[in-house]
Amino acid sequence: MNRGTETLVVEDLRTHFFTRMGVVKAVEGVTFKVNAGEVLGIAGESGSGKTVTAFSILNLVDPPGRIVDGKILFKGRDLLQADEESLRELRGNRIAMIFQDPMMTLNPVLRIDTQMTETVLAHEKVSRRNAFERAREALGQVGIPSPEERLKAYPHQFSGGMRQRVAIATALLHKPDLVIADEPTTALDVTIQGQILYEMQKLCRDTGTALMWITHDLAVIGGLADRVCIMYAGRVVESGRVDDVLDRPMHPYTRGLIGSVPSHNRRGQPLAQIPGMPPSLLHPPQGCAFRPRCSRALAMCEQVPGMIRLPDGRELRCFNPHRPES
Amino acid sequence: MAETLIELSHLSKRFVRRLDFAERLANRLGARIREETVHAVDRVNLSVREQEVVGLVGESGCGKSTLGRMTAGILEKSEGSVSYRGRVIDTLTGTEARRVKLNLQMIFQDPFASLNPRMQVKDIIGEAPLVHGLISRSERDGYLDDLMLRVGLDPEFKNRFPHQFSGGQRQRVGIARALAVKPEFIVCDEPIAALDVSIQAQILNLFTKLREDLGLTYLFISHDLGVVQHLSDRVAIMYLGRILEQAPTEELFRMPNHPYTRALLDEVPSIDKRHRRFAPVKGEIPSPLNPPPGCHFHPRCPHATQRCRKEPPAFKEIGSDHFSACYLNEER
Repeated sequence: MNRGTETLVVEDLRTHFFTRMGVVKAVEGVTFKVNAGEVLGIAGESGSGKTVTAFSILNLVDPPGRIVDGKILFKGRDLLQADEESLRELRGNRIAMIFQDPMMTLNPVLRIDTQMTETVLAHEKVSRRNAFERAREALGQVGIPSPEERLKAYPHQFSGGMRQRVAIATALLHKPDLVIADEPTTALDVTIQGQILYEMQKLCRDTGTALMWITHDLAVIGGLADRVCIMYAGRVVESGRVDDVLDRPMHPYTRGLIGSVPSHNRRGQPLAQIPGMPPSLLHPPQGCAFRPRCSRALAMCEQVPGMIRLPDGRELRCFNPHRPES
Repeated sequence: MAETLIELSHLSKRFVRRLDFAERLANRLGARIREETVHAVDRVNLSVREQEVVGLVGESGCGKSTLGRMTAGILEKSEGSVSYRGRVIDTLTGTEARRVKLNLQMIFQDPFASLNPRMQVKDIIGEAPLVHGLISRSERDGYLDDLMLRVGLDPEFKNRFPHQFSGGQRQRVGIARALAVKPEFIVCDEPIAALDVSIQAQILNLFTKLREDLGLTYLFISHDLGVVQHLSDRVAIMYLGRILEQAPTEELFRMPNHPYTRALLDEVPSIDKRHRRFAPVKGEIPSPLNPPPGCHFHPRCPHATQRCRKEPPAFKEIGSDHFSACYLNEER
């Protein structure tokens, strides 16, 4: 375990979709890194490019989408230069992904044990007996009672929360260096979400796995993440340590997003809403994409603001940010 | 204290799966296949006072939507009654029944499924008041404009179809449709769950404003405690078809009584709770097909005793306007 070393570095990633109606710039210059043992939260509304970023890292973007530019360094190795063979070695082995809907991971017509032992055998030369043992252990780790019997069940015999745990157990079979979790608890109930967050947190602490947690729920990020990236219309608009960004947001969008969360405000009073709605990526506004909804927009915001690095490690894309102390 | 507007008493809903032909045949031959019954809502009592917002919170499958639908009168009850200003709605007849039912409206969770895709917005919103004789045909356009402005829609859009709107705008159409018949009471069934965070705040603010302007009463159903805390005057916590605790909002969040409420409040992520060590509630939510006997929460409850397994505790007042169904309150 090398806590603090860079597991993943994404630099200036651009993923575009070339549709008949025009080019959709779903990811337009995203830069971030995740260290070993660290939890990075990626927050944004639907259509902000969070999921496309995740898919780009695994090189799973299907046509008409294409990664047009950027670097994705996994433990120093550029994944965009790697061939399909070595990518297959990494996927599910060193980099694992957990999807919002566990049925995207699980095959409905195969028993859990078949699917989990298959995952073990795909990357390691061990006996079937051994692989089964590993699967049983992994299920026990994520808090599934009587794993021996549950392994013989089919996915439909599990509840939603249990299925997500099976998906998580499968993702963790090879003790990956990086786990990408795309809204894994959005469809789950609060008490079940708590259980899963508990398992994931324990995993990062114990094994030094780097975790990328994608969600629209800032509250989950507040509880789980060390650092956070706020995305809007394909760009990271603000990133930094969770305490800095959530307590002293500087980008007007981050501030608006935090003001929109009810529990943060006083009861019964109007919420600080952001006017308008997220832009269409087919025809994004010129310059800063948040400009039409922003109360602090200046004439210069018709240019795309560059990334500013602040002394506290925060990064910001805004010409007229709020002052951090106010 | 304000007058009680809506009162639910012993309201129950059972969904029964009847046996099919093969199963009946098998039973004739000696198999013992029984009908499956889901007690979606189990003898719930709840009252909503005039101009009050009652939040109904629970996890999925606890019966909160079923309860809301029965209250709004769009789902048959299995047992119990809904009263409006002290009069049981089922006993009313004729024009009076119609008038009372118009007063109870509902707003649905999914703004994509709850609007007819083949109808123009002017018909979606304007049909009901016209049919019920609240407005005449010549007044319709002015009435529509007022309503659309009130919910934050441009009246220019009235010839459009639902697919031409975003999720937040569609939800505004759904709200305008409910308001069109001038209701006093609206059941809001997770009206913001399907929307983006920044749009959620807009719709929540609209609910607050409409309530102030029109003196509306809401039964606000949600799984999101933060939203309920923000909007409600009183909160009821539901688990597997029963209400376990009910109290004024501030009191419930300050001193939750029932172990389930306490666990729920602990688990709720909040933007103010950082770098938490999660300590989860044990176990799964049991299937409503086969709920545990006694108190439904006992298999997951850290304080469960023998008694909790046998008999459900009564729903008792433990403080002013604070009710809870737990045996722990008797020992104190």
